Amino acid sequence: MENLQEATKTDNLILAPRKKRWLMSPSADKAFHTLTKSLALFLFTLVIALVASMIYNSRLSLSRFGLSFVFSSTWDPVKELFGALPFVYGTLVSSITALIIAIPISLGVAIFLTEECPYKLRPIVLTLVELLAAIPSVAYGLWGIFVLVPFMRNYINPVLEKGLGFLPLFKGPSYGIGLLTSGMILAVMIVPIITAISVNSLNSVLPSQREAALALGATRWEATQIVLLNARSGIIGGIILGLGRALGETMAVTMVIGNRPEISLSLLAPSYTMASVIANEFTEATYDLYLHALIEIAILLFIITFIVQAFAQLLIRQISKGKKS
Amino acid sequence: MRKLIDKFVFTICSLSTVLVLSILALIIIYIFANGVLAINLDFFTKLPKPVGEDGGGMVNAIVGSIIMVTLAALISIPISIGAAIYLSEFGKGFLATIVRFLVDVLAGVPSIVIGIFVYTIVVLPMKRFSAIAGALALAIIMIPTVVRATEEALRLVPQTLREAALALGAPYWRVVLEIVVLSARSSIISGVLLAIARIAGETAPLLFTALGNRFLVTVLDRPMASLPVQIYSYAVSPYDDWHRQAWAATFSLVIFILLINLSVRFFFRTKE
Repeated sequence: MENLQEATKTDNLILAPRKKRWLMSPSADKAFHTLTKSLALFLFTLVIALVASMIYNSRLSLSRFGLSFVFSSTWDPVKELFGALPFVYGTLVSSITALIIAIPISLGVAIFLTEECPYKLRPIVLTLVELLAAIPSVAYGLWGIFVLVPFMRNYINPVLEKGLGFLPLFKGPSYGIGLLTSGMILAVMIVPIITAISVNSLNSVLPSQREAALALGATRWEATQIVLLNARSGIIGGIILGLGRALGETMAVTMVIGNRPEISLSLLAPSYTMASVIANEFTEATYDLYLHALIEIAILLFIITFIVQAFAQLLIRQISKGKKS
Repeated sequence: MRKLIDKFVFTICSLSTVLVLSILALIIIYIFANGVLAINLDFFTKLPKPVGEDGGGMVNAIVGSIIMVTLAALISIPISIGAAIYLSEFGKGFLATIVRFLVDVLAGVPSIVIGIFVYTIVVLPMKRFSAIAGALALAIIMIPTVVRATEEALRLVPQTLREAALALGAPYWRVVLEIVVLSARSSIISGVLLAIARIAGETAPLLFTALGNRFLVTVLDRPMASLPVQIYSYAVSPYDDWHRQAWAATFSLVIFILLINLSVRFFFRTKE
């Protein structure tokens, strides 16, 4: 109602002096259209400029190392040799560790929220889980340095070393910092993303699916399996979105991974990621080639997250399309 | 047997929920306990002391964060809302599809990459780190969140409202600005607030745009301190008193961010 009254005010404009009359004309509408369109175009240019400017400012490294940049594992600024492999490795392994920890937990929470939790509690629990995503990453990092790292060093890692130390994956010595610790922090950070999207896609499965299964004598878990199967593309989309977040995460990882550019099979060993080498060394890059090599790492990171993101969007769009039809 | 499996699975699901909630509680309690012990009036009013000396505060970082976040919001809100209006009111063509896709891409770009981009287009030509570069980086990070929230909110406004206003003789631009945007305002505001809460905690894009500063500055073409960056540099330092201040800063930052998040959820979401 209030809005309609607002609208009738415009009638007065028709009798208004010339200047205001222009505001009523089709050309004013055209101007408005052009204005908003140019803002949309601006966003388009922004992304293009982002890619172009990064490529231009990494030209020295691009032309000098070519493709070998990605596959070389030497990172030696003193000898002017740069290879990104240790960082690519550290990024992928820490993110995958995070996924392995986060997927079962998130799915558990999502199933609890859609099947078991009393209706009144659902929004509260979901809000609390989503609050985990609101905590800034530097706060996770601080917590990681002073709580998680000592905890891992004193309790978890010795147990892993003793019990599973025969596997190269858990070979010591461990200092508390390293791939496993960063994987755990990343897991905490991506659980809310995977959970929220999974809950969404579980809820969008038609209730008749579950009812049909239950009517055939299935237990609740068996019915839930049917629902999970139907929601799979959304859930996978959520997982990939979480992966994208983990790959690009900078501060929390930088603070607990140990920052050593070595490839080691052990999850307990210190490592380095693409984002954290940029964060650590960018302001220390003393000559142009060094700077350009770091920017090239940023391009690599951009490409990886771009692919992951595009893939996730594709899968998530599928469920929202399914919902409409 | 089937019943047993059923019981088992759902117990695990409940347990994982308990686990996640207790991790949240653990983190929050830790930050609050350490923060309350560490915080004092000096923290809000004094400049940092020289390396190694105890005491001092972070007034430079607090002011810096407020300036850069405000500036970032001022830059990004008009751009984002304008672009979102295009997407929702005019956007049916090829351009709209591409822009929508690119906004999604931008949302997924790691914030440190945005920092690098702003470094190359602002810091390199200016030849020095500056508050304006930091604000620009934060603004770019804020854009996709606000565009998405606004577009979604505008789409939810019923078509009949637009038709009614048009039938009353209002030009389209006024219909959009005064009817559509106004009736979607609460969702737009909550989107903007959540985006502000997010950029207030961003560290990575500020590391090599605004850098940091041990002094209180209000000029925009100089390096400027910010809370997240100062937390980072204090946390990785070897001094106990700096660790204490890092907890105090994290405590205030997290309270600010949680307050925004919770109030948005309680005031704006319940209406729908």
